[in-house]
Amino acid sequence: MTADIATRRSPLDGWTSRFTELAPAVRLAERPFLAQLTLRLTDTSRAAAVSRVLGVELPETPCTFSSGTGPHGPVEVAWLGPDEYLVLAQPGLQRTLESALREAIGDTHGAVVDVSAQRTTLTLSGPRARDLLAHGCAIDLHPSASPIGTCVQTLLAQAGIILLVRDADAGEFVVLVRASFATYLAAWLVDAGMEYREYREQPV
Amino acid sequence: MTADFRLPRGGRIDRDSALRFTFNGLSLTGRQGDTLASALLANGVHQVTTSIKYGRPRGIMAAGVEEPNALVQVAEPFAEPMLTATTVELYDGLVADGLVGHGRLTDEPDPARYDSKHAHCDVVVVGAGPAGLAAALTAARSGARVVLVDDQNEAGGSLLGTDDYLDDRPSDAWVRDVVAELDATPDVLLLNRTAAFGAYQDGFVLALQRRTDHLGFDAPRHIARHRIWRIRAKQTVIATGAHERPIVFGDNDRPGIMLAGAARTYLHRYGVQVGRRVGVFTTNDSAYVAAIELAEAGVDVPVLIDARHDVPPKLGAECAARGIDVYAGHVVTGTEGRDHLTDVHIGSLTGWHADTVVCDTLLVSGGWNPAVHLFSQLGGALRYAPGLGAYVPGERLPTARAAGSAAGAFEVTTCIEQGAGAGRDAARAAGFSPGVEVAVPVADARAEETPSAVLWSVPGEPNGVFGAEYVPNAPFGSVPDDARFVDLQRDATVSDVLRATGAGLSSLEHVKRYTTIGTAHDQGKTSGLLAAGIVADALGEDLADRRPTTFRPPYTSVPFAALGGRDRGELYDPVRVTALHDWHVAHGAEFEDVGQWKRSRHYPRQGEDMHAAVLRECRAAREGVALMDASTLGKIDVQGPDAAELLDMLYTNMMSTLKVGRIRYGVMCGIDGMVIDDGTVIRLTEDRFLLTTTTGNAAMVLDWVEEWLQTEWPHLRVFATSVTEHWVTVPLVGPRSREVLATLAPDLDVSNDAFGFMTWQDGTVAGIPARVCRISFSGELAYEINVNAWHGLALWEALIEAGEPYGITPYGTETMHVLRAEKGYPIVGQDTDGTVTPQDLGMSWAVSKKKADFIGKRSFARPENLRPDRKHLVGLLPADPTVLLPEGGQIIESDHLPEPPVQCLSPHSPAGLNRAHRVVAQPPVRMLGHVTSSYDSAALGRTFALAVLRSGRERIGEKLYVPIGDQLAAVTVTETVLYDKEGARRDG
Repeated sequence: MTADIATRRSPLDGWTSRFTELAPAVRLAERPFLAQLTLRLTDTSRAAAVSRVLGVELPETPCTFSSGTGPHGPVEVAWLGPDEYLVLAQPGLQRTLESALREAIGDTHGAVVDVSAQRTTLTLSGPRARDLLAHGCAIDLHPSASPIGTCVQTLLAQAGIILLVRDADAGEFVVLVRASFATYLAAWLVDAGMEYREYREQPV
Repeated sequence: MTADFRLPRGGRIDRDSALRFTFNGLSLTGRQGDTLASALLANGVHQVTTSIKYGRPRGIMAAGVEEPNALVQVAEPFAEPMLTATTVELYDGLVADGLVGHGRLTDEPDPARYDSKHAHCDVVVVGAGPAGLAAALTAARSGARVVLVDDQNEAGGSLLGTDDYLDDRPSDAWVRDVVAELDATPDVLLLNRTAAFGAYQDGFVLALQRRTDHLGFDAPRHIARHRIWRIRAKQTVIATGAHERPIVFGDNDRPGIMLAGAARTYLHRYGVQVGRRVGVFTTNDSAYVAAIELAEAGVDVPVLIDARHDVPPKLGAECAARGIDVYAGHVVTGTEGRDHLTDVHIGSLTGWHADTVVCDTLLVSGGWNPAVHLFSQLGGALRYAPGLGAYVPGERLPTARAAGSAAGAFEVTTCIEQGAGAGRDAARAAGFSPGVEVAVPVADARAEETPSAVLWSVPGEPNGVFGAEYVPNAPFGSVPDDARFVDLQRDATVSDVLRATGAGLSSLEHVKRYTTIGTAHDQGKTSGLLAAGIVADALGEDLADRRPTTFRPPYTSVPFAALGGRDRGELYDPVRVTALHDWHVAHGAEFEDVGQWKRSRHYPRQGEDMHAAVLRECRAAREGVALMDASTLGKIDVQGPDAAELLDMLYTNMMSTLKVGRIRYGVMCGIDGMVIDDGTVIRLTEDRFLLTTTTGNAAMVLDWVEEWLQTEWPHLRVFATSVTEHWVTVPLVGPRSREVLATLAPDLDVSNDAFGFMTWQDGTVAGIPARVCRISFSGELAYEINVNAWHGLALWEALIEAGEPYGITPYGTETMHVLRAEKGYPIVGQDTDGTVTPQDLGMSWAVSKKKADFIGKRSFARPENLRPDRKHLVGLLPADPTVLLPEGGQIIESDHLPEPPVQCLSPHSPAGLNRAHRVVAQPPVRMLGHVTSSYDSAALGRTFALAVLRSGRERIGEKLYVPIGDQLAAVTVTETVLYDKEGARRDG
């Protein structure tokens, strides 16, 4: 919808320059307006139909996410609970995906909810990204403990987040945070990254 | 008076540096690598302060964290109280003063940054001495992830205080090699200046890293000064070394009396001789080495007093060769000196010989206490080792092990062997196969020859023998009746301990509290075991049969600022904001905190106070059009074939009969029948609903729903999802709201017939897809417009623009409260407090009589819930329409207040009876309830209030009173609805 794009504003609108100051140690950016859908599914026989819609298998292992490219382009599906998933897709696809998924799961053993504006997305990468997260996140993000495809719901500082490990070795992470907590978390990240701005020096 | 006590060579200091510092007003110079203590000693300064109770001069006793005396207050660069001079690294420009017991906090804001960081590993090793280094290297070679923490500025531990050789090289070469290999091994983190202060279950270790203190004025501002490390390890190796134990004797507290090992450390690590003429008093071989090494460095060591009868032959011979007289079977019985030691009285244990030796320094060693603190914190049992006179780890723990001196081993090669073994075992337990073995070097250290003796306190009488002649210069001015100090920081003596045991105390925990021994900054590192030994002797018991005290975190002091970290200022607690927050800020809103949310409370114009702004905002809502940001309301999407069944159970009223397209107000109760939340329920489709909750209860209600679904009703096919922040919600309120909405939503028929009260429609508002609900929390014609939060600001600005011809007015939570109160709508959490039923609120209409069951239903039949004198929600109108009743004000019947004090016990009770037998009379003033909400109303032209009042509905029309200070305000009880009782304004 054209009106959509003309008027929309993301929770971290205006933070780009502050985020950029953390580079090159940490490349931090908001990736706003992703299509996000909560998918609940207790009828596992429908999983195949869901996979066909998304082009990605639903993650079966707790605390992982699956990713791939399907009929609706690149998609990530995060395991959030025994019957709960979060589907991430390109901006603008929420309505299309909502109806496609609803059709795939039937109307008795599942639910689909558009939660696109519920959380915003931050991407963190760079040589100090894991260090930065370690200041506020108690999860072990070492590649041996959190390999590519890890997805956890945890706290970063005092904000609840969903954390996806895109590339454990290179230190590439996605942080999903509730919109109302986004500016708190952004301020926290910028503050935590203060030492890493002088990346040329080794910290004391 | 100062003099140069720096030796011409030796020490790990930079002799080309000159660090100027000020201590107690004295300008002094030290070297890079010094601590404040070593720099003071290098200048001949022993006395640091005076003692807290008796004002006795006190000096430097140790060389590390165990220091009981040398407390200082740092003044520059930033005031910091209660540091030990032995742990402050010297820097240029340091200004410090000795501290008498208490530190002083500055009232200046602290400019430094503090932070914390999580670290994860397979093996955490605490202590980078010989055992810890060997443990870390062994674990690292197996491929384990290792964190090695050490509280010193460089690795080496006890080796830093010796001149031992390992494999024919100075020991620091061995240390350098190990550190270099650790540094080069991936996934090994070596943290210097980092004190592990707490060890907890599941391998959780907390450590404090002092990152920039040593840089003084040059500390970079952007680097966090202190960092709390939160380390989670599969296995823990405790290689924390040992603390030397003093011996108690008369006047054992004079400056110049210090631990023998500390003197060695000052000699080898800092190139400082602690005195010109140094005596030694020991119960073990280790102090012989100190005596010999000091003599080798050119210091006059006239005498070594050994409480043992058997002198170690080789060490004794070495002493003799250096002119040191060894007195076996002798003890120190007292000392002389005012600000500094001058003489040492010695005597044989058998009593036949006594002598006095002129000394300016006396080194003392009563043996070594393994630093078992972290092992004990982990719950590890301790065992008394009679040969050491100390506690050692007494059991195997599945995830922690001690090694080296912390485990009671004191030979360097044994420490390295034990460390390597612990590192190997820890790595193996964490799932790693051993790598290349760490070779145990050959050490040239002198071996122990004669077993240690255990001596807590030199036997003798407290008075007469000991320095009772001393005249104190204490501010508190008392003279001790005993100068045999056990805890020097607390000025607690042997007599104090004996008074405790004499009073019948036997538990060390009780004695500790009675005497305060072990409660100072050092937590009894030098005094605790002495006290335990003296107590055991006094009671005629064996320490091995007594339970040791439990060590608790923190091992060393941790500044609160460090624990606070970056959770201060704007990051103290998350501030939750809506998508419209920036607009509110830009338009001068005053905010109030609702949970973690910032909500606009009102929007004062130039010159307006809150009262004026709220009256204006209320008028706009009642007479024109107004809008507010209600995005913080909790919103929960509920869908599934059994959604209606779930809602029938959650709400007191019937939700399954709600038609698609319609909205119903609902009340939720707990199992006790008390109101926990309220809100609206929108039926989106046959099997899909959207619930709203109060702002503060959004998370609670979702948890509540999930709890019932997961534990009691897992058979229900229904799913609840929070969508609170997906939506921006804007109530558009007032008689002109329909016109404003019509302007922006041309495709929406907003007429009352087409769009009735408590219905919703999807449409386009200002070009934005929206869900519009005819809900009113003010009694006025109102539309709640919900849009995807990304478009919230666009919607808001479009509404402001479209409403401009109608004088559209943004309003805040205060106005919302007034408007709803005028209509008698309660706010859960303000007008209710967890003891209020729907019936109490006058909402029996919202409690279904048809439903077979719902949460809270059974409790409504309890006699207590049926009492006629329950408190009901009512309205109150003050007789004086300008009087604003205080919220929380009590409601009473009496038109006069009795004079205080209010007599609550019957004056007729017989005086001799104890309290239990007195008759408690009715209070003279019966409290009938209290004011829950109180406002000035523009619409009513007067003040009004809501209140919960005993039998309130039966009292309507009655005149009651509310005390305001010492005045009574007369009020008339009314129904709750005070404005537009007919509801005529609802439809515009």
